[in-house]
Amino acid sequence: MSKHTFTHLDALESESIHIMREVAAECKNPALLFSGGKDSIVMLRLAEKAFRPAKFPFPLVHIDTEHNFPEVIACRDKLAADLGERLIVRSLEDSIKRGTIVIKNPDLPRNPYQSVTLLETIAEFGFDACMGGARRDEEKARAKERIFSFRDEFGQWDPKNQRPELWDTYNTRVHAGENIRVFPISNWTEMDIWEYIGREKLHIPNIYFAHEREVIRRGNNVIPVSHLVQPKPGEKVEVVSVRFRTVGDMTCTAPVESTARTVDEIIEETSTSRITERGATRMDDQTSDASMELRKKEGYF
Amino acid sequence: MSNTTQLLRFITAGSVDDGKSTLIGRLLHDSKSIFEDQYSAISKTSEKRGMTAVDLSLLTDGLQAEREQGITIDVAYRYFATPKRKFIIGDTPGHEQYTRNMVTAASTANLVVILIDARRGVLVQTRRHTYLASLVGVPHIVLAVNKMDMVDYSQARFDEIVAEYKKFAAQLNLHDITCIPLSALNGDMVVDRGDKLDWYKGPALLELLEKVEIDHDVNTSDFRFPVQWVCRPQTEEYHDFRGFMGRIEAGEIAVGDEITVLPSGRTSRVKEIVTYDGKLQTAFAPQSVTITLADEIDISRGDMFVKSSAHPPKVAKEFEAMLCWLSETPLDKNRKYLVKHTTRTAKCFFSSIDYRVDVNTLEQHGAATLNMNDIAHVAIKVQQPLVFDCYATDRATGSFIVIDEATNNTVAAGMIA
Repeated sequence: MSKHTFTHLDALESESIHIMREVAAECKNPALLFSGGKDSIVMLRLAEKAFRPAKFPFPLVHIDTEHNFPEVIACRDKLAADLGERLIVRSLEDSIKRGTIVIKNPDLPRNPYQSVTLLETIAEFGFDACMGGARRDEEKARAKERIFSFRDEFGQWDPKNQRPELWDTYNTRVHAGENIRVFPISNWTEMDIWEYIGREKLHIPNIYFAHEREVIRRGNNVIPVSHLVQPKPGEKVEVVSVRFRTVGDMTCTAPVESTARTVDEIIEETSTSRITERGATRMDDQTSDASMELRKKEGYF
Repeated sequence: MSNTTQLLRFITAGSVDDGKSTLIGRLLHDSKSIFEDQYSAISKTSEKRGMTAVDLSLLTDGLQAEREQGITIDVAYRYFATPKRKFIIGDTPGHEQYTRNMVTAASTANLVVILIDARRGVLVQTRRHTYLASLVGVPHIVLAVNKMDMVDYSQARFDEIVAEYKKFAAQLNLHDITCIPLSALNGDMVVDRGDKLDWYKGPALLELLEKVEIDHDVNTSDFRFPVQWVCRPQTEEYHDFRGFMGRIEAGEIAVGDEITVLPSGRTSRVKEIVTYDGKLQTAFAPQSVTITLADEIDISRGDMFVKSSAHPPKVAKEFEAMLCWLSETPLDKNRKYLVKHTTRTAKCFFSSIDYRVDVNTLEQHGAATLNMNDIAHVAIKVQQPLVFDCYATDRATGSFIVIDEATNNTVAAGMIA
């Protein structure tokens, strides 16, 4: 292959396309989970590469916590509309109304409850495979998960009983009522994502770039002030130049101080960053060393 | 990273006692791939356990269940990059009962690092790991003789181990073996060379990982294109478009080339090679592309395009293979299973188990059934013809998995003989 250039991004892209096509070909009723975040925007481009000139052979699905940044939701809707693809949105509020989610405080982080609405949505549409943009470099529970990750009737992941995954020959088979989660960008790192966004000139929500924002400091975290997070007595509101490395629930997603206003500047910052993406930005992962593993077992992505 | 950074996938094989986790931790730490929050988490844990220095092996500790038991229970993937390459490490446990995990991780690897404790030398598990690497056809082997600090960095001891290892390895079909003396604990010859091993003139581990030639790990001569998905947009603009989507598993193809569709044997010419980024004149493995043909012939998922001029793959309903049994439920010769090979899935049964290989001694034994971690030479009959090469020629078209329809579990991995 020395006469051809095939970079690590080319290799990762081809692997992801191959995975998506396997899902389309072998699963009866797949869906692609799409939040408007950077990883899922990369997933959309990969789906375009996999299936154009045809439409995607699956709908886009978003489980909305209603704690999302408005910029991200706007980007989600615009991208789905521009691509002319079907977007299904299901909200945690619906589950709360149904009584299947009972929350103590509506302003607290809602990520733990997302799995309930996701499982209800899977049942509503009869999805047998949901593709998601999770990466193995994000967290140590994910590092052990297969690309095709089997879930039982309760949506549960059993880390000790995973199907062996050999070569690129994926076992996609499930019985009725079971489903699989598929992670086409398992092998991508945060850096790969940024390099790909740069290479493909992808449009991402502007909160990923440095901007002035009102924040408060709680412990080691910088927390954005929003209608959900207001300063407590004694807390000082500061205006700081920040950007978000992940864009989840507004109440538990912390920005990092940054002046990076372009993808190249973010790549530069990422290459010298000394803190992991989740460590820097997800307060819900800091509660226990095993918090992601516990949530995954409950059916979270 | 530059625009030409390559991807290298490697695995590590060895037991906890060989310092495998420490080696990976050292590689990540010295190549500056450990983040502050990860480092502070393992510092705290080391302190809690009463250790005086930070235990780098804790970095590869994964799941809660493992932390409780202090062992690694499954394959975990780690990522790091240097300016020259991006690396994916498959971290596999060394326990005897987890042979299947090594086979699993090795199946996608360009290279395997086999760890030896310099005090203990070549052990049964060293032979096992080497045999498995050769079975799964990992192109490059590194014998990492660790804990050199415990044998006074002795060249004589290193030479002795290397001689014994090479004698054993000569029985196996291995082409590229590099032996490196190192100390993962002290960081000698992992990323930095250190000053204790001046007698060793070869590359340090990371240096080797950065420069080992992997371009020829893929078969570049015999074009193989299993059809994954047929694209029929049925829109105004693409009314007659019929594209065959898939990944080129071997070789290359150009517009105008004559191809044969197997198993039917019909031929046509490549009209276009379509990608999202525009049409191509040529394409090569492992690109994912869409191919359109000059003639309208009946083609569906599971068919394979090959170049008519190249030497052809076999098309058959019976073949022989080396099989690694992965399931806790033993093989049942009276049952039918499914075989998934490239993009084709077919019913199959095992017509014979010719012999089982003792992975520790390489001796062959008769076997009535196969249990988890057994490796055997078998004969298989399939309901529909498969289009295949032998595994030694092409990993992608010579490999398959076996699925138990009752449980939908993947129960075996096969390499066509």
